[in-house]
Amino acid sequence: MAFTSAVITFPGSNCDRDMAVAIEQVCGGTVHRVWHGDADLPDNLDFIALPGGFSYGDYLRSGAMAARSPVMQAVVRAAERGVTVLGVCNGFQVLTEAGLLPGALMRNAGIRFVCRDVKLTVDNNQSLFTAGYDAGQQITIPVAHHDGNFFADDATLDRLEGEGRVAFRYAESVNGSARNIAGVLGDRGNVLGMMPHPERMIEAAQGGSDGRALFESVVRGLVAA
Amino acid sequence: MKVRVIVTLKNGVLDPQGRAIHHALEGLGFEGVNDVRAGRVIELDVADTTSDAALDEMCSKLLANMVIENYRIEKAA
Repeated sequence: MAFTSAVITFPGSNCDRDMAVAIEQVCGGTVHRVWHGDADLPDNLDFIALPGGFSYGDYLRSGAMAARSPVMQAVVRAAERGVTVLGVCNGFQVLTEAGLLPGALMRNAGIRFVCRDVKLTVDNNQSLFTAGYDAGQQITIPVAHHDGNFFADDATLDRLEGEGRVAFRYAESVNGSARNIAGVLGDRGNVLGMMPHPERMIEAAQGGSDGRALFESVVRGLVAA
Repeated sequence: MKVRVIVTLKNGVLDPQGRAIHHALEGLGFEGVNDVRAGRVIELDVADTTSDAALDEMCSKLLANMVIENYRIEKAA
């Protein structure tokens, strides 16, 4: 089976090329580049990635405008059909704004933009995205965001934890996120949003390769399925 | 019709911007500021026939994020 994926580019996305390169190198197959104004996605997609950046200049709220763009209606429908969707950084913000993931990403508690490598703990290694990691494994992945402070009410947080939907946690507080949550899975397990950038840790030249297993997990999980 | 939408953070949602503003006010020497919450005002000019329901929908679908924010609609007299 040829692995077919799409990387969505919004005006202001700036990690779309890194994301496409990571998918090409680790997952292989065909990577389509899709513009936000396209109302249709390529056929037979296995995997859709929403990249980092500052879509629409973060106007109104980070991810708010992108979540209402034509292509996102198609992404929501694809996710509901079970297509695998990864949102990184601004992509995570878009997924919460589009209602595919619970909660919201607020301004970092320390107000400042945070741009550095952080240590993450793999909270759930039973998901499609994290099967290539060990449970509790500590990995190093960079973050670069101003609005990464994950918020949800306590009942939602309890439910996310109870259902094993916290994929990654920060090993230490980075941005004030509730319960140090760095990455969250959708209720059917086919959607993951995370603030850290796994696509920036694919090979040694980038300073590490701890992000590689995420893309390996996805391709292994989907090709085997 | 001029409509003013005031978007505020829900109670219990931590407001880092409000806290920074609070801190800055104290830094300027203003005393007795108990709390600061930052919000957003959006002014709309809409057709006079626009229904309240439509305005509500504009707010809940886009102008406010109902996970963290509340909104209030004020119509200019």
